[in-house]
Amino acid sequence: MTLKQFWHRLGSPKWFFHMSGPWQGAFAVLAVLLLLTGMTWGLAFAPPDYQQGNSFRIIYVHVPAAVLAQSVYLTLGVAGVLLLVWRMKMAQLVLENLVGFGAWMTALALFTGAVWGKPTWGTWWVFDGRTTSTLVLLFLYFGLYALRQAIPSREAAGRACALLAVVGVINIPVIKYSVEWWTTLHQGATFKLTEAPAMPASMWAPLLVNVLGAYCLFAANLIAKLRTAILRQEPGAAWVRDWAAGEVRP
Amino acid sequence: MFAVQFRRDWLCLMRSRDEAVNPLVFLFLATTLFAIAFGGDPRQLAELAPAIVWALVLLANLLSLEALFRRDLEDGTLEQLLLLAEPPFAAVLGKVAVQWCVSGAAMAVLAPVAALLLNLPAAALPALMLGLLLGTPALSLIGAVGAALTVGLRGGGVLLALLLLPLHLPVLVFGVSAVLDTMAGVGAAAQFYWLAAISAAALTLAPFAATAALRISVEQS
Amino acid sequence: MMFEDWQAFIAMGGHGLYVWMAYSVAVALLIANLTGLDRERRRTRRHLQAQLGNRTPGGLDASEAP
Repeated sequence: MTLKQFWHRLGSPKWFFHMSGPWQGAFAVLAVLLLLTGMTWGLAFAPPDYQQGNSFRIIYVHVPAAVLAQSVYLTLGVAGVLLLVWRMKMAQLVLENLVGFGAWMTALALFTGAVWGKPTWGTWWVFDGRTTSTLVLLFLYFGLYALRQAIPSREAAGRACALLAVVGVINIPVIKYSVEWWTTLHQGATFKLTEAPAMPASMWAPLLVNVLGAYCLFAANLIAKLRTAILRQEPGAAWVRDWAAGEVRP
Repeated sequence: MFAVQFRRDWLCLMRSRDEAVNPLVFLFLATTLFAIAFGGDPRQLAELAPAIVWALVLLANLLSLEALFRRDLEDGTLEQLLLLAEPPFAAVLGKVAVQWCVSGAAMAVLAPVAALLLNLPAAALPALMLGLLLGTPALSLIGAVGAALTVGLRGGGVLLALLLLPLHLPVLVFGVSAVLDTMAGVGAAAQFYWLAAISAAALTLAPFAATAALRISVEQS
Repeated sequence: MMFEDWQAFIAMGGHGLYVWMAYSVAVALLIANLTGLDRERRRTRRHLQAQLGNRTPGGLDASEAP
């Protein structure tokens, strides 16, 4: 199968639905396994940080959440381009179904960041470069959600959200740069996350496991939500009825 | 097309003057409110002044953006505009230019007066003015994309603020930090370059994005 | 294991409150997310099968009845 064919087929809900069947469970199981391994490893077996002690273990849930928060938004931006330029059906489904997941991950990153900040910085919240840009990211997710809710026509809402997601993705680097500029100006480097450049493997290995687990969770969410959305979108299509019939009478 | 649209919108604006002065009235009312509510040491107020003025300019701009396309959508002008053979982004740019004159350029000229109410040292005023002149085009241009997306929606005002505040954050940050650096005696050239760069990028991209957004909004209404 | 006993593990060197708060919320969110996905999947399938049941031969749908 050439790349071009693959591209066209990815745009077809039917093809995606049949392809993705075995994958959704696999990714979910893999996500749970990896995340449980990484969390247990991080909680009990990774060495404590020489400065922060055991509060450092929050990194193993904080960083994966933050990584997902950004990756999901980037995915929305890519889906936005696909929808605006090629009017790909699947892109609209991605835009409609991934905003909640991304917003929850951003909220989790902010929450774990605050909980980590209390013992480390002595305060729950600091307008530090990264915390600020994560908070802004949450507002960007809220904006996408609110815009979708406000527009009655589904097609128009999809394209409006696509445009907003693209504008947001273009802006994110500038936002990040500007808030980092601003905070280094005001607070110096006192509140930087003290990550030793040479973090030993016993410390970063569980983090790597959890980040991989987080991406599997992302994939599981993407596939499951798209499958549900496809079935809801075309409940009358012949292939959907065939599939449902197969499920009834195995 | 740009000139025609500019002239038309300018005339409309001049006929309903209250609309033109509303952003300025808001700026001065809110500044006074801040100064009175603060009531403390004027020196402390001076340190807050750049942040207050910039935030209020941003909000005033936001208030006037909400009406940018509304009337044209209601009387059908917008639909005509998008049907013309000529590229509509020039007309969109014309509308934004008029909006900017009132709630960007006029603000930049009069914001120093508001800043003096807040006890900002006179030496920092040129930095405030220059920053506003360089930064407000970006506010109006990016704002036009948001205004185009939300035109005709119920509760559009709050939605517009939610969409635009995250996108406007860099302009606010560089604008305020330029004034603060000038007050501290450090050069602020880098911030001015950044503001100019953001405005230039917005000038090249935003009219197209706003046009696309208008098409979406007009098609569904 | 980096800890001498369970008590030390729970206490996390005095940071237990923060560490366990972060992890419990993360795990709760994970469980809510995965069960939510499964619930949606089941609901959609039930819905489809209910529709299908109305159309299978023998159980002719009222709207399709002559």
